[in-house]
Amino acid sequence: MVHTFRCIGRIFMLDTESGSLYEIDELTKLAVDRRIAPDEVSEGAFSCYENSEIAAVESEIDELIKEGVLFTPARTYPKPVYSGVIKAMCLNISHNCNLRCEYCFADGGTYNKERKNMPLDVAKKAIDFLVARSGKRRNLEVDFFGGEPLLNFDVVKKTVEYARGLEEKHGKKFRFTITTNAVLLNDEVTEYCNREMYNVVVSIDGRKSVHNCVRKTVGGQDSYDIVLKNALRFKQLRGDRQYFVRGTYTALNTDFAKDVLALNDLGFDCISVEPVVLPETNRLAIKPEHIEILKKQYDELAEEYLRRKNTDKHFEFFHFILNLKEGPCEAKRLTGCGAGCEYVAVNPDGNIYPCHQFDGNDDFIIGNVCDGTFDTAIPKRFAATNVTTKEDCTNCWAKYYCSGGCNANAYNFNGSFDKPYRGACELMRKRIECALALNSVDSEN
Amino acid sequence: MKHIKTIVKSTIDRSCDSGCGECQTSCQSACKTSCTVGNQSCERKTVKVNKVEREIQG
Repeated sequence: MVHTFRCIGRIFMLDTESGSLYEIDELTKLAVDRRIAPDEVSEGAFSCYENSEIAAVESEIDELIKEGVLFTPARTYPKPVYSGVIKAMCLNISHNCNLRCEYCFADGGTYNKERKNMPLDVAKKAIDFLVARSGKRRNLEVDFFGGEPLLNFDVVKKTVEYARGLEEKHGKKFRFTITTNAVLLNDEVTEYCNREMYNVVVSIDGRKSVHNCVRKTVGGQDSYDIVLKNALRFKQLRGDRQYFVRGTYTALNTDFAKDVLALNDLGFDCISVEPVVLPETNRLAIKPEHIEILKKQYDELAEEYLRRKNTDKHFEFFHFILNLKEGPCEAKRLTGCGAGCEYVAVNPDGNIYPCHQFDGNDDFIIGNVCDGTFDTAIPKRFAATNVTTKEDCTNCWAKYYCSGGCNANAYNFNGSFDKPYRGACELMRKRIECALALNSVDSEN
Repeated sequence: MKHIKTIVKSTIDRSCDSGCGECQTSCQSACKTSCTVGNQSCERKTVKVNKVEREIQG
């Protein structure tokens, strides 16, 4: 499978199966597109080119095919196998929140259950569970999530201390991350995070008007001013350690590139902004008519990214980061997130879910870290799904970069892990095009 | 080649059957800072590169 695309004023060609990336000219695009879909490229399109030039292009294409790096045949894969090894956990340390964001998938942090924090003994049992289930994996990840994790910060700290105490004995290395809305993000928290958190994700939506429209306090007040003040101070103290400010864009800000750039103008240089995921009936939901507008926003953002590169406003946009040469192996590209298998979520009651998106859905309780129950039936359902089992993905050029997308979204929108949420697919492909193009520029330098 | 410029060739590493599994988990939901798998790095290759860089520096 071969995909040609335009981005940042240039033309690129990706050979899906080998992962080979090329920059091409207009004539080559025509010639390759004709090979991909002969009926869709008219002979007239070639009329302005000399026959000798067309022949030269065809010869170059044939040379790459012969080398096995263009139009590489698709491979067949055996059915995925459940390994039983868990290496990552979302620890929903608080089912409570000090904001009431309109688009919150977790119902104001509660996940449709009662407001409560995770007790320390549950958190310790979750860590024990992860260590016990991690087999020979050395690197283990724990993401403190919620709700707002800083509402239970004392338990966060004690959980980290407990886990660190197990590292040497069990030959493990924990990587902790935390996602916060920044309302309680003060110097003490930041200094702690600088010592213990591999990555910190701070939620802020971009422009003040955009943020305040949807991210309200419990009392319905605007939250931007306090969040920005704390986030800027955090950035100052964070130094060169990893962090991202992240926002959510909705139908109300389909010009979201302005929000990314607004965050950059404020001084943030590691930025991620994501499309909201909501049913189409919601006023904030991304609808089919928004997709083309949003794709253009990614194009505009890619161009501005290049303009700001090598200036004091250089920034990283999460979805444009791509490791072309040292990327994941084939096995990783096939399995994707590993929800329900390698990755689980644990809620304040100790219930184990395939991932945080299923927290609160009793049909997806795998077991409980406190009573030691663990039913492999649900993990095996997840393990049976990967990019090779999804029909839509089989013929998608982006399959080895996306790996089939979010299983929770697929299930929630289409009732099946094997039917990807198509709205996300379109945007994912666009982001990958931009990432490939921008990384090709990087590889020139 | 005059019309086709190679950026990178053969980036899908098929040298290991099941993978070592040491790489970062790639959550793909939008509520976290969702990753595509494509933006991740191979843990083994990254560690190797870092080790070489340390040796060069030190």
